[in-house]
Amino acid sequence: MTVKQTKTNPLIEKKEWIIIGVAIILPFIFNFSPYIQGLLIFVTMWVVLGTSWNLLAGYTGLVSFGHAAYFGVGAYVGGMLYFHFHISPWWGLLLGGPVAVVFGYLLGLMVFRLRGPYFALGTLATAEILRIIFGQEEWLTNGHNGILYITTWVSKYPYYFIGLAIALGSIFSIKAVMRSKSGFYFLSIREDEDAAEALGIDTKHYKNIATVISTFWAGTAGAFYMIYMGFIDPEVVFSLHNISIVTILVGIIGGVGTIWGPAVGAVIMVFVQEIFRSSFFSLAPSWVSGMHELAFGLLVILVILYMAGGVVGDWDLIKKVLRFKRAEIQE
Amino acid sequence: MELFLQTLVNGTLIGGLYAIIGIGMTLIMGVMGIINLAHGQIMMIAMYITWVLWQYLGIDPLLSLFISVPLVYFLGDFIARYLLHPLMEKESILPENQVLMTVGIGMVLVELARFIFSSDYRSVQTSYSDVVWRLGQISLSVPVVIDFFLAVSFTIVMFWFLMKTDLGRSIRATAQDKDAAILMGVSAKRITILTFAIGSGLTAAAGTLFLPIYYLYPDVGPIFTVKAFVITILGGLGSTVGAIAGGLVLGLAETFGATYISMGYRDAFGLIIFLLVLIFLPGGLKSLTKV
Repeated sequence: MTVKQTKTNPLIEKKEWIIIGVAIILPFIFNFSPYIQGLLIFVTMWVVLGTSWNLLAGYTGLVSFGHAAYFGVGAYVGGMLYFHFHISPWWGLLLGGPVAVVFGYLLGLMVFRLRGPYFALGTLATAEILRIIFGQEEWLTNGHNGILYITTWVSKYPYYFIGLAIALGSIFSIKAVMRSKSGFYFLSIREDEDAAEALGIDTKHYKNIATVISTFWAGTAGAFYMIYMGFIDPEVVFSLHNISIVTILVGIIGGVGTIWGPAVGAVIMVFVQEIFRSSFFSLAPSWVSGMHELAFGLLVILVILYMAGGVVGDWDLIKKVLRFKRAEIQE
Repeated sequence: MELFLQTLVNGTLIGGLYAIIGIGMTLIMGVMGIINLAHGQIMMIAMYITWVLWQYLGIDPLLSLFISVPLVYFLGDFIARYLLHPLMEKESILPENQVLMTVGIGMVLVELARFIFSSDYRSVQTSYSDVVWRLGQISLSVPVVIDFFLAVSFTIVMFWFLMKTDLGRSIRATAQDKDAAILMGVSAKRITILTFAIGSGLTAAAGTLFLPIYYLYPDVGPIFTVKAFVITILGGLGSTVGAIAGGLVLGLAETFGATYISMGYRDAFGLIIFLLVLIFLPGGLKSLTKV
């Protein structure tokens, strides 16, 4: 019954069209401020990363601690094309995803035999090994000097719309997958892998499908980062702390296992950090700016303690609390 | 030959220090069933406590063991009691919720340290920092040797505690079979909190011992977290003896790799061994000995 109902819903619902419309208008509202436009571009990048992580962790139950591996590989595809052959890194935007998929598949051969905490640690270790390799092999990647590329446009509009297109592509491709049969198989693997296998689901095959989609978007996000920032080095794009962990936290804050959760998480993450970094838009004393990541970390702890489902997952709960308060005031 | 012996000695000495980081982690992993991804960060807090005591009060790092270990013990108690244990009863989509919580805690600890102390590199210079003993062709750095013997004594005390005392037996029982332990009258909550606190205290001891021979900066935490789980998986989950062996193997692998293959890959050797162990010997060294 429920299956039929979701099938009759259009892929992009009315509410989502509104969100898309607002997202398209948004940079024009902040026409005067390239600074805010820059933040919006980062939001789109984190939406892609968070959403791709969410498919693996939130829906398939494979909690990856090494998403930086795919992100970094995607970024380095464009970077290395430019570094070695002087081909425009824009090709990376097309190739970054597929190359990351190949990488993800090869790593998957190794880490898919692991479960639970072992899987988490295995992915973490592979990302760290890649970071060290990319830092050491200077003939291949220019090592810690990184790869520099003069960005194509000064204006931020084109980047924002490319980022937005990738973000929407990732969200709706994953929504489409989750409505299909594979989506239900992913959920069954998350809930109980042995039971799923006992029911005749080829868990390895479906884990691979989830990885292919997830790594494709993570690699594309990396390639987008390369062409937007114009500079990559292994400590940045393979960073355990700044990429892998923050990706996970974005997913948790927004809501693990929800379509729009990581998108909401990305907005919260970027803006909470920025509000603190700018010391509440210079209203607060300047020492506050040192607290931006601290504030975000504390927010994460509070969310895990009191809203295990994240903002989107526990939205009903939040609404209930707010409504309760309002009722109290009226009395 | 001298190079080989020197490397062997250095690796063993570092391995002894790694071992106590590993024991703390393996206890937590065994009893709570989670990987503590804030382990190195807790160690970093202990290093900063030691550094502050040395910088502002002039207390020798070895003496500040008596201050840093209890302080971090209470920090661990607080984290386990108010942040990790409440999650045990909660329903969530991902069973890894507690692990994700330790990630958040780790991030907060690093950023707290960065906020208070900035990202500058710090180090402690004691009167014996640069003293070297010579044994034939092999040179031994005095602080490393002192640290090694202190680490070994910590390990022995810990081992005695786990094997001979009632509390130690309760901890081991909970690690082996939680439900059975609860039925035997062990308070799971108390043991969980105690274990996390003891694990934190042990890693604090390691941090304080490491300070005279290592640089200190906020991001040192994650490096040691990675080392700690490498040791734990290498030795086998929840095995104290395994953690000691794992620590030695990691210390030797790093120093031999750095000496004979490439200095730049020093941190990668442990991880590669870790992956190989995960894939080919999932039980760790423990499964070889059947202890």
